[in-house]
Amino acid sequence: MDDLKDVILEYVIEEYGDEDDKITCETPLISGGLVDSFSMVSLKRFLEVKYKISITDEDASPEAFDSVNKIADLVRRFIS
Amino acid sequence: MSNIGSYEERVKNFDWSIAEKELGYKKGQVINIGWYCSDRICEMGKGENLALLWENAIGEEKRYTYNDIRVYSNTIGAFLRSLGLKNEDRVCLFMDRIPELYIGLVGILKIGAIAQPLFSAFGDESLFVRLENAGASAIITQRKHALKVRKIIDRLPNLKHIIIVDHDVKKELKEREIAFSMEAERIDALEIFPTKAESPSLLHYTSGTTGLPKGVQHVHYSLISQYLTAKWVLDITEDDIYWCTADPGWVTGTSYGIIAPWALGVTQCVLDSGFSAEAWYRFIQKYRVTVWYSAPTAIRSLMKAGDQIVRQFDLSCLRHLISVGEPLNPEAVVWSKKVFGLAFHDSYWQTETGSIMIANFPGMKIKPGSMGKIFPGIYGTVVNAQTFEPVNDPGVIGLIAFRPGWPAMMRTYWKNEATYKGKFKNGWYLPGDRARIDNDGYFWFIGRDDDIINTAGHLVSPFEVESALLEHPAVAESAVVSKPDEINMEVVKAFVTLKPGFEVSEELELDIMNFIRKKLSSLAMPQEVEYIDSLPKTRSGKIMRRVLHAKEWGEEIGDISTLENE
Repeated sequence: MDDLKDVILEYVIEEYGDEDDKITCETPLISGGLVDSFSMVSLKRFLEVKYKISITDEDASPEAFDSVNKIADLVRRFIS
Repeated sequence: MSNIGSYEERVKNFDWSIAEKELGYKKGQVINIGWYCSDRICEMGKGENLALLWENAIGEEKRYTYNDIRVYSNTIGAFLRSLGLKNEDRVCLFMDRIPELYIGLVGILKIGAIAQPLFSAFGDESLFVRLENAGASAIITQRKHALKVRKIIDRLPNLKHIIIVDHDVKKELKEREIAFSMEAERIDALEIFPTKAESPSLLHYTSGTTGLPKGVQHVHYSLISQYLTAKWVLDITEDDIYWCTADPGWVTGTSYGIIAPWALGVTQCVLDSGFSAEAWYRFIQKYRVTVWYSAPTAIRSLMKAGDQIVRQFDLSCLRHLISVGEPLNPEAVVWSKKVFGLAFHDSYWQTETGSIMIANFPGMKIKPGSMGKIFPGIYGTVVNAQTFEPVNDPGVIGLIAFRPGWPAMMRTYWKNEATYKGKFKNGWYLPGDRARIDNDGYFWFIGRDDDIINTAGHLVSPFEVESALLEHPAVAESAVVSKPDEINMEVVKAFVTLKPGFEVSEELELDIMNFIRKKLSSLAMPQEVEYIDSLPKTRSGKIMRRVLHAKEWGEEIGDISTLENE
């Protein structure tokens, strides 16, 4: 796993998980109900602050935020 | 032909006894919602009909017949009784949309206890103030939510039992916790508590502008209007597959997500997962949903997902669509007609009214953007905000007002009779919304008459968020208002001043957002935090939220003669 995924996964576990959740990079976050559409805003803000990027509303879709893998792909697009 | 038939004829010949007769209820007799939602359907010979089709995020399915609902609610009721719980004790339901939530409500009502459903996304502080106010004796929850209960249990001496429905035997139960499995035993017979029309049934908590959340108390007689409105507005029949997307932590999820459909003997579906357009369309297709009761935020999110995805599914099963929670914008009505071949019918009511008050009825001409017409048997209008006399000129904006007396009307705010009485003026019940009525009798929503924020159909109290913000170590003062949002209609925005030693930063903004999300809920989390040097206040020191609100909405600020700095 790369550093980017590590950082995002750690944040997701810390902020949205609980002791029973076994969250991995593939775990469905939005469709799985772990992160709702309101909480997605704080997750987006974390990414923007951490990586000094600005994610457009069009790109911040529930599908693009549905797993750590997908989020990492999205972030890479903005930092490249 | 719809259930309601001619709206005009129903208005002319209306009497609530229509519902009483259909339900076999006579004044003065026992009326218990739990019995009506399960035993009665079985006694009608429909015990093997499907009551609940349930699916979760990972595709696990469960199916329950009405006989299952009957025996499992008996099991829950008997278990609660074994703990010493009795009629009028408050029992909180704090779960995701799992079957125990739906069937648990039926079980609680069967023993005459008062059900207190709470949204499972609430943080520990939101949970605490509601449990404390209700004086709840027990809470039924899942182990993941029990973690929040553990944080506040020391401050809740009345909370004697924390019932965990999915306990992991490998883990230790903590103070006052007890494991319970609904399906471990099928109890065939349970003595139903003989509740009467005015016996309390539910406590739903709703946000207040200037105080703590209020417990809206309903009674078993509310069934009468929930049953008839579901029949005439939602148009559900026994042959339907019905999907109400609301969470039972909120009133729509109980009135029309448990009570009404099961009292009507319909098969209903529940999807316990997060939102995605694909998952929702797949769900409708899979279960052949015919009647779909949803909310504008969800509909706008589906619109955003596009038309192409709709065409990937066979949604020809749908026959009637209804919306509630916030005003449904005209574009959403037009869009649903285009992609589903069916227009969403907007409806209007609130926690306090207990059942639908204004609606676009089946078969009636829909005016996109309108709330529709008043439900037969309810007398409502708009009144002048100063005199509380009806506004007689069509098109003039006033306060929505209803003459009290319909069956599902709240009976009080729990332990807060003064606030309850304050909701009535000149003999009218005032829900706190502004509207106008056109020449044809259609209501058109204008906005709230107070500072309450309606985000995705859920009410958030600025006071509650401001109070929580002050507990953040960096925040000196706070003011919370709504700001416009394309999908959710409104979202929460916070203005804060910082304590000495703290500096403005994006990291701090994120920290404040997450602080509120965990303490209250994701709904209450400010989606934007703006730092300012000082908040606008009156000379007496009261924060003038309306100045900040006007700024966010691009409106005229109005009279600022009392502003401190002017």
